Amino acid sequence: MDVVNQLRRQFVDYYTSLHREGFVDDQFTQLQKLQDENSPDFVVEVASLFFEDCEKLINNMARALEQQQRVDFKQVDASVHQLKGSSSSIGAMRVKNVCIAFRSFCEAQNREGCLRCLQQVTHEYSLLKNKLQTLFRLEQQILAVGGSIPVVE
Amino acid sequence: MARNGAVTWRRRTEKIESFDLSPSDTEEVHVLAVDDSHVDRKVIERLLRISSCKVTAVDSGRRALQFLGLDEEKESNGLDGLKVDLIITDYCMPGMTGYELLKKIKESSAFREIPVVIMSSENVLARIDRCLEEGAEDFIVKPVKLSDVKRIKDYMTRDFRVGERERGRGINKRKLRDSCDLSLSPPSILSSSSPSSQSQSPSLSPSILSATAPCSPSSLDSPTRRLKMTSSE
Repeated sequence: MDVVNQLRRQFVDYYTSLHREGFVDDQFTQLQKLQDENSPDFVVEVASLFFEDCEKLINNMARALEQQQRVDFKQVDASVHQLKGSSSSIGAMRVKNVCIAFRSFCEAQNREGCLRCLQQVTHEYSLLKNKLQTLFRLEQQILAVGGSIPVVE
Repeated sequence: MARNGAVTWRRRTEKIESFDLSPSDTEEVHVLAVDDSHVDRKVIERLLRISSCKVTAVDSGRRALQFLGLDEEKESNGLDGLKVDLIITDYCMPGMTGYELLKKIKESSAFREIPVVIMSSENVLARIDRCLEEGAEDFIVKPVKLSDVKRIKDYMTRDFRVGERERGRGINKRKLRDSCDLSLSPPSILSSSSPSSQSQSPSLSPSILSATAPCSPSSLDSPTRRLKMTSSE
């Protein structure tokens, strides 16, 4: 029982820190609430789709920005727009915020600014992925010892 | 605008009279969800299922029309398939936008009665206005939350039940929308408003009269033209 409580407390602390540090926002909490015994892996599944999206879109942006002659900023913007949408839907706040700045640079057709944002967004995506993997691992550990995952408001 | 309640009522009477051995969930609302984003499709699907709706999720307007049997290139095979009670679609999609899909549905005699809800990540009044004028039932600003789905389902469910008794009930909803009119304050926008919360409709900015392209990722909508009512972050 002590192990369960310990793990649960760890989970709550970690979850809370993700919020506090801005990695996730309220939308992520909304998604956690949609998980139940009928759909126990819902959040993990959405997160996987999101990370797939990230990789694909970041590659698109990188390719478009590589063009030395004329960067197709509309194309870059279209990818950023999609990434902004996905990150918003999953509650990936920091990624989303970079996307917002990124779009301004696209609109201004500022290649340097875009490249900086691309770097930032790649960094934030990778950070978030690690964080969420840690969170999901904690969840698995709790379930493995027969505990239930706390719902954090 | 014609009421969807009438169609629902007819459908249910048919089922009863024909002793249809369809699954016991004839009460369940069947929603066709349209979104090109895999993440968003997954989320809306879950939101709808957890709200006891049957869901068919497709990734484009074209596929939505195919599912309905409206696609010009494929002939309807005569089968009814599952009746669709509500269509919820993203606005910004490659190929056919949600707006274009909405128009096609409202132009179709067979399907114009189906309520259509538009979702968009961008809170652009001109866009919302255009969709409502074209016959959209509601407009949800993304990210979609459970409360958004509940609200939609509530007035759909009410139409189901009420449709049997008093078809006139639909008028209330139309009145509600008409009274909002160009003040453009469907619940979804109010619920996602920023701290400068407004209990009445927001003041109109000149941008409402400007036509924006159907779906350019807001290149024409600079922050100054939008109302300061972004969805809460």
